[in-house]
Amino acid sequence: MSDAPTHDADEFEPVDVFETTEMDLRPGADDCYKCSTCDTSCPVAEVDDEFPGPKFQGPEQWRLKRKEGHGIDDSITSCSNCMRCDDACPSSVPLSQMHNTARGEYVEDQRFGREALSALADGSPREALSIVREGQDGLVERLRNRILANYHTSAWLASYAPGVANFVMNFGPARWAMEKTMGVTSEREFPEFADHTFREWWTARGGARVENPDKRIAYFHGCYSNFNTPEVGKAMVRVYENFGYEILVPPQKCSGTPMFANGMLGDARRHAETNVKNLAAAIENGADVVASCTSCSMALGQEYPELFDLDGIEDVAAHTYEGVEYLRLHEDLEDALDEASVEGSEFAYHAPCHARNQGLDTQAVELFSDLDGVDIEDVGDSCSGISGTYGWKEEKYDYSMEIGAEMFEHMEGADGETGMTECPTCAMQMEHGTGYEIRHPLELLDEALVDRSQ
Amino acid sequence: MAIEDDVCVIGGGLAGMTAALRAAREGARVRLLSHKKSTLRHASGLIDILGYADGELVAEPFDALASLPESHPYRRVGSDAVRAGLSLFDDVTGDAYRGSHTDANALVATHGGTVKPTARYPTRVAPGLASQSRRTLLVGFDSLTAFDAPLAADHLAAAGVPGTTRGVTVAFPGDFRADSRVTRFARALDDDEPVETASGPTPVRRALARAVEPHLGDVERVGFPAILGEEESQEVRKALESSLGVDVFEVPMGPPSLLGLGLEALFQEALDSAGVRRTTGNPVVDFDADGERVRSVSTDRNGRQVPFHADEFVLATGGLVGKGIDSNRERVVEPIFDCHVPHPDDRYEWFTDEAFGDHPFARFGVNVDDDLRPLDADGKVEYDNLRAVGGVLGGADFAAEKSGSGISLATGHAAGRAAGAAANQR
Repeated sequence: MSDAPTHDADEFEPVDVFETTEMDLRPGADDCYKCSTCDTSCPVAEVDDEFPGPKFQGPEQWRLKRKEGHGIDDSITSCSNCMRCDDACPSSVPLSQMHNTARGEYVEDQRFGREALSALADGSPREALSIVREGQDGLVERLRNRILANYHTSAWLASYAPGVANFVMNFGPARWAMEKTMGVTSEREFPEFADHTFREWWTARGGARVENPDKRIAYFHGCYSNFNTPEVGKAMVRVYENFGYEILVPPQKCSGTPMFANGMLGDARRHAETNVKNLAAAIENGADVVASCTSCSMALGQEYPELFDLDGIEDVAAHTYEGVEYLRLHEDLEDALDEASVEGSEFAYHAPCHARNQGLDTQAVELFSDLDGVDIEDVGDSCSGISGTYGWKEEKYDYSMEIGAEMFEHMEGADGETGMTECPTCAMQMEHGTGYEIRHPLELLDEALVDRSQ
Repeated sequence: MAIEDDVCVIGGGLAGMTAALRAAREGARVRLLSHKKSTLRHASGLIDILGYADGELVAEPFDALASLPESHPYRRVGSDAVRAGLSLFDDVTGDAYRGSHTDANALVATHGGTVKPTARYPTRVAPGLASQSRRTLLVGFDSLTAFDAPLAADHLAAAGVPGTTRGVTVAFPGDFRADSRVTRFARALDDDEPVETASGPTPVRRALARAVEPHLGDVERVGFPAILGEEESQEVRKALESSLGVDVFEVPMGPPSLLGLGLEALFQEALDSAGVRRTTGNPVVDFDADGERVRSVSTDRNGRQVPFHADEFVLATGGLVGKGIDSNRERVVEPIFDCHVPHPDDRYEWFTDEAFGDHPFARFGVNVDDDLRPLDADGKVEYDNLRAVGGVLGGADFAAEKSGSGISLATGHAAGRAAGAAANQR
């Protein structure tokens, strides 16, 4: 009688009648009544007529692959993992979980390089070379995806010589070669690497300046605010210390978001093991986990417990918050902002998809609309279109810009000529499409609340 | 400390949005919490007050309200609240809707070929009213299986609508996927995308008119499934009318419904300009009460609970389909506050054997006092500052009566006004 989700731990689970050790998403698939709301919310399906949409990628594909001879359809690689379908589904079908597992299975099952190898075996090395060069058998694509997904590693390497990296990564001929050989679009500017990482700054200042056993947070800075925008991490530290928090910065790896989006669940799991272990220890130590990137908090809060079975993983999910959200819940942020003011600033705010899915899409506009000196305008509910690594792929670049067009238009229509968002890749896309400088809400809090003269 | 408002509305459907808007107009600071995107995108976009009573078609709904049983939500709020709710609706929708000129029900043809008695209907539907005696052609597309135009036309003829009705299925011009989404067609029509036809690339609006022309004969109006544009629907319809030389209308469709999406957008605009704070994405699962009063409700995401404090609360979570009422093998429950839901102990008495019979479960919901406050099993108010509106209310069979949106508007209006006023006094 009810269409409420049937996959409740306390209830009868049809899946229990099957003997399987694999992740079994049948109860989720059974909850889909094919209303197609997810399809109409999917930004990729809106621009890519070849993409069959989230309903197919999730419940329908799940049923198909039960049949022998049906592998995962390669259209799964077009899903950008924006997770808007989750938010749209009235029946709580775990769509993004189904997409993540399907993508993982697809990548696992592919024998990349098979075509080239068989050409070699047939004694045609020239043909093998051209297959590899043209990327027909997925070898190049896989390599490219792996490099994009492991941004953590490239950024870590680049951080040793940020100046050189910045030059090389945006050096015309190098970018041309990257596009031709690997399918990384040359249309985009690589994000600049900062001349020092957040962690270097943290160590240099001697770590936490506030000690407080009653108010303690573990900061999950993620790769981007460590390597590219340490000013976001520093703003976070200053704002939290201003409210009397003791900040822990546990050792950490990539949240895994770009890996989920590329089906590299093995890589993601290795990173998750480190993160969960260290964050669970911090929680044990009285801290809550706070992230400044909404995709990081999404990964820790939702994707981890959906995909991995690790000690403490549920605990980490339940204790993870976004940076501004946590302050709103535990401090009287509204009052503090009421008394504060900043020098006249106008912002065009874009809510990242992963903020939307956590119910955080209206928080920045709500908070800052009463702050003296600030004018902030929401630029609408469209997706920015970059979706992490999606917009970096040569074959997806045009779609990515087509999805983002509505946002660019709204940004230019807004009064402000500075953008604002919580997501680093959305920021990249906003800047790319409009040329605006983009800031994080924590930076504005820092400006409004922290007296820098002290 | 934490997030605080004057009024907190739980549920983002028509009832919740109406309550939030009305409370905001009372001057209260209002927050609207919803789990998912609005369920309006599943709705036909038609606004009915009362289409059937005792199985009989109702021509004048306001005249029939007094004959409803005492326990019916309409009897709780009274017909003035129904009128006030409709007038708020007219204010929000403006030119996009018709029907406010009369108290009588209009008859609108649905995609299944039935006729629905309704009080307000989108302007894009208006030229198609089934009560008008005009020669009608319904056009369906082979790629859109949810609307079988010849079958719908036969049903309408069998239902005895005045005038003649024919149906025809054509191919939607252009090279779209066989299972394209309705929004894809709508967007193509919005942008008047060029499509490939036998006579070369043609703007899609003209190509569509050409595909229909050979079937026109002597008809006076043509009905399409409701996919004629999302942003530019007025222009799309006008363009088709001038190409075809007859009136063009749209037939309301099932989910995902462009007419419902359009209504959702109008309400959200009104909510934003009234300063209602909207928080969407996580379900409300828990609450904290202080004796007689609810102090806060909490949303949950994977165990992370977020409390929302307010002076007044409105429960607008819907019925059995909307999850505002749920059931297990033992009992029927209202899952957030565990408000009392009257129902027989024996679950075999929850339903009748006929599929379209008069099922008790259809009327399951919370009982309320005249101020719309839920009552416990002893008839006492559950919480002083909690009101319930829309589908979560018991005593009405929305589907059989065709009364769902009218009840949402009337109770949403009444509760929103009361909650806003009560919050102002604190």
